[in-house]
Amino acid sequence: MEFRSVGYRLPVGGSIISALNLRVPPGETLVLLGRSGSGKTTILKLINRLLEPTEGEVLITGRPSGSWDPIQLRRGIGYVIQDAGLFPHWTVERNIALVPSLESWPEARIRARVQEMLSLVGLPPEEFANRRPSALSGGQKQRVGVARALAADPPILLMDEPFGSLDPITRADLQREFRALAMRLRKTIVFVTHDVREALFLGTRIALLSHGRLVGVYAPAEFLRATEPEIHEFVASLDGGGLREEVQ
Amino acid sequence: MTWYQFLLENRAEVWARSVEHIGLVAASMAIALAIGLPLGIAIVGRKVLQRWVIGAANVVQTIPSLALFGFLIPVPWIGGVGASTAIVALALYALLPILSNTSTGIAEVDPAVVEAARGMGMTPGQVLWQVQLPLAAPVLLAGIRIATVLCIGIATIAAAVGAGGLGVFIFRGVAMVNNSVILAGAIPAAILAIAADMGLGLFERGIARR
Repeated sequence: MEFRSVGYRLPVGGSIISALNLRVPPGETLVLLGRSGSGKTTILKLINRLLEPTEGEVLITGRPSGSWDPIQLRRGIGYVIQDAGLFPHWTVERNIALVPSLESWPEARIRARVQEMLSLVGLPPEEFANRRPSALSGGQKQRVGVARALAADPPILLMDEPFGSLDPITRADLQREFRALAMRLRKTIVFVTHDVREALFLGTRIALLSHGRLVGVYAPAEFLRATEPEIHEFVASLDGGGLREEVQ
Repeated sequence: MTWYQFLLENRAEVWARSVEHIGLVAASMAIALAIGLPLGIAIVGRKVLQRWVIGAANVVQTIPSLALFGFLIPVPWIGGVGASTAIVALALYALLPILSNTSTGIAEVDPAVVEAARGMGMTPGQVLWQVQLPLAAPVLLAGIRIATVLCIGIATIAAAVGAGGLGVFIFRGVAMVNNSVILAGAIPAAILAIAADMGLGLFERGIARR
């Protein structure tokens, strides 16, 4: 996946993203880190064409995103958002089966896949498959969201602050499990967050954004040593520095 | 003679007028739904269009019903004395609750759910039919219920343009200065309205539980 001098501006003139050049090699977990309004969610939506770049192009597996059929492109890209966005009128099973059903997989294969996905995200299928999202806790919803995104085995996974609204303990659990999952599945993951700890913990590389501009791309250890003022602000927000040593 | 004696003696006509009344409401609701649902869906997220369409439907609501029936009589094709004028007028009244509830119902669906649906690769049609409409269904049905009850009430005025219905008794009773005759039209009309309200209410709750 590659961004070639990509820009995105609103019809009324405001520039959200400008001159973005970024390569995401296969299998990497790239974290887009930035404060609110830095354009990180916009970048995510430029990948699955919920937004179209106004300048430059985004290459997905070497092909410009504009040449993909947007529907087919999105079915090949898992998408997890902050409040999970589960369909409240569908059971957990049907939610997870979404993309396989859209792709008309055979019934039996879908059922087996749903069971596999539920186990993968640590939810016993017999207990959770027939529940409604309203009967799930925040953490469980997010697990189902991840299961739904992975169901059709897409090579790319986009995650927009997926753990942002969870309590700290649930969040830490999910982060740990997700890191293990990401290492095992070897997907190309683009992960948006404003939480430095999360970025350092999950990212193989961290892309720091500020006002729609890419400040730089760093490995976690590099990030902590970097001297740019934008990074310094973020690193200074870490308390005590316990995590700093841990990562270094 | 009390109203129920009158009603019993004339039960054949009361029954025939009730059927006529239901026919008027059913026909006008069918037209209002056929126009209101697609139009309500089309104006979602289009602010200017929405303001104009809802505004126009609002203006129709402010026209006194007797006057609207009168205005329609000289209109070619739809007008004239008879059921067609009444059906068009009733459909116009039913349009606003259907339109506004359809568009607000869809607009109020959690944006995160719609974004997830689009982002996961559902086509716009799939998003509408599988996500937006089912989730908007309770609000949408509430609009249909309001419109139906409104129509049953206003349909009593259809008798003034020769369209029949239970209003026939009301106008006759007014002319005869006979309350029993008025009530023989008003009470069945009220019962119809209450029955429709309760029936659609039960249906609404059934949908919401799913």
